[in-house]
Amino acid sequence: MSLRTPFLITRRHALFGAGAVMVAPGIFTWPLMPRSAHAQGAVIDVTRARTDPIPIAIPDMAGASPDAQRFGRDIARVIQANLRNSGLFRPVERQAFIQSPEAAAATPRWQDWRVVGSQALTTGRVDTQGDRIRVEFRLFDVLAEQQIQGTAFTAPAAQWRRIAHLISDVIYERMLGEKGYFDTQIVYIAESGPRDRRTRRLAIMDQDGENHRFLTDGSFQALTPRFHPNARQIAFMSYFRNEPRVYLFNLDTGQQQVLGSFGGMTFSPRFSPDGRSVVLSAARGGDANIYVVDLATRRERQLTGGGSLDVSPCYSPDGQQIVFNSDRGGDQQLYVMGADGGGVRRISFGNGRYATPVWSPRGDLIAFTRISGGQFAIGVMRPDGSGERILSEGWAMESPTFAPNGRVLAFYRESQARDARGGGYSSRLAQIDIAGFNERQMVTPTDASDPSWSPLLS
Amino acid sequence: MNIKLLGALAALALLGACSNTEDQSSATGAGTATTTAGPRPGSQEDLVANVGDRVFFDTDRSSIRADQRATLDRQAAWLGQYPQVQVTVEGHADERGTREYNLALGQRRANAARDVLVAGGVAPARISTISYGKDRPAALGSTEEAWAQNRRAVTVVR
Repeated sequence: MSLRTPFLITRRHALFGAGAVMVAPGIFTWPLMPRSAHAQGAVIDVTRARTDPIPIAIPDMAGASPDAQRFGRDIARVIQANLRNSGLFRPVERQAFIQSPEAAAATPRWQDWRVVGSQALTTGRVDTQGDRIRVEFRLFDVLAEQQIQGTAFTAPAAQWRRIAHLISDVIYERMLGEKGYFDTQIVYIAESGPRDRRTRRLAIMDQDGENHRFLTDGSFQALTPRFHPNARQIAFMSYFRNEPRVYLFNLDTGQQQVLGSFGGMTFSPRFSPDGRSVVLSAARGGDANIYVVDLATRRERQLTGGGSLDVSPCYSPDGQQIVFNSDRGGDQQLYVMGADGGGVRRISFGNGRYATPVWSPRGDLIAFTRISGGQFAIGVMRPDGSGERILSEGWAMESPTFAPNGRVLAFYRESQARDARGGGYSSRLAQIDIAGFNERQMVTPTDASDPSWSPLLS
Repeated sequence: MNIKLLGALAALALLGACSNTEDQSSATGAGTATTTAGPRPGSQEDLVANVGDRVFFDTDRSSIRADQRATLDRQAAWLGQYPQVQVTVEGHADERGTREYNLALGQRRANAARDVLVAGGVAPARISTISYGKDRPAALGSTEEAWAQNRRAVTVVR
């Protein structure tokens, strides 16, 4: 994680292939040549600290018709919000702009963008073609006076948000040298009603809270959804018919099916990185043991045993190891084992109980919940248990989930009830940079818990 | 005359409204002629009123506390009295843990209570268990007292 490492962007104009690429159903992209040839080899040499976000100018995209102009403005604002929310960019206030968006889309006047303090500039043009839109997008290095990226997208107009997220990811990647996380979704549990009779529904939304929809109707409790690596399926726990079991939810068909033929409660599911199996906990008698269920054969294999509560298993991104929490040593701590259940070793040794471990998609960190001294905290440690850092602390918070680039965590945070009727209690989703800054509450229609971040959708 | 009539109608309305509850005679008071007081024998209300439907646990523990044991012994005897009754033991945890771990803890508590009932002579087939973890608190406050009430196993007549 190159937070404080300088990264050099010494790109020649990338993506000069000729053909269009389909990045998602109906969305095509292809490279745009720079308008004017410039000296090659310009270098942006930026050292990014958390207090030093990159100033970037994102004027509204130009358009020939009122419709196109509206798309151009809306797309630019989604990009601005994405980049600002990352904490790593500072979109320049549009009131400061000197050159008009239309003129910049034709030829940027570098001096105008330098004096407003921007290091980078995006321009764009939108054309409407029936029910489709075509969006030309360019990213410029203002100091080097050079185009860094040029891409055109065509898509159904209804997909304009996807285009804005794809462009945001392009900017993030070209400026920071690591993949973005904006073209993603979050599935979570929407909670409503009094706490002793709570309704808990599966819900899904874009990472910025838009395109929100409920997946279940609340007639049964749903908990702990987790994305399949292809983002088209969800594993979750359901109290359907009052039998708490792990189910699979198909996002394309809406179909739900129970996973496995366990006699008792099954819970805390996670897909393997190859998407071919689900690791989960199953209660047998008073114990909870970890099993892996092959999705093709539905055969189950027991990985842990011995009278303890072994829960919340999560694979390493290479699929070779599993981290989980167990009370086998007397209280809840984190353990790592081989994917076959062998070689169990404890990795958490700090003060308190440790829970809900999740392995970063980059493999370098494990995020967890720690309960210590009456406080909950979200933290990260290396997979060998070293380098523990607490990112956020409070009355109650848990269930971290990594954005696909491993740079941001989402989790849920609860507030303390003020009175005996539970007044003042709330449960909300939050995000935080893994460097421990830029914590933000996410907007959801109701109380929320158990977020799971999808992989990049394209 | 009119007032008397209204009074009689009101009493009838009350009876109608209470027809689903087990303790209608006590709820409607002196107006009715029937004599059975208290909950129907073998019902959930009977269990709550005369036996005790729940036992409590220490923090992060699932062993049956000495001071809770008598309640389960009474439940076993009560179930012996009503052999047709089937029950579910619901295990719960307080809010000071993580959701998934508390599901496991609640299951273990339900199981511990169930084991005492079985040891007391109740056929295992009559008892099922379920865990709600921390997600169905009985007390809604964020205090030690509320948490103590929420770390529980509740026996529920099916």
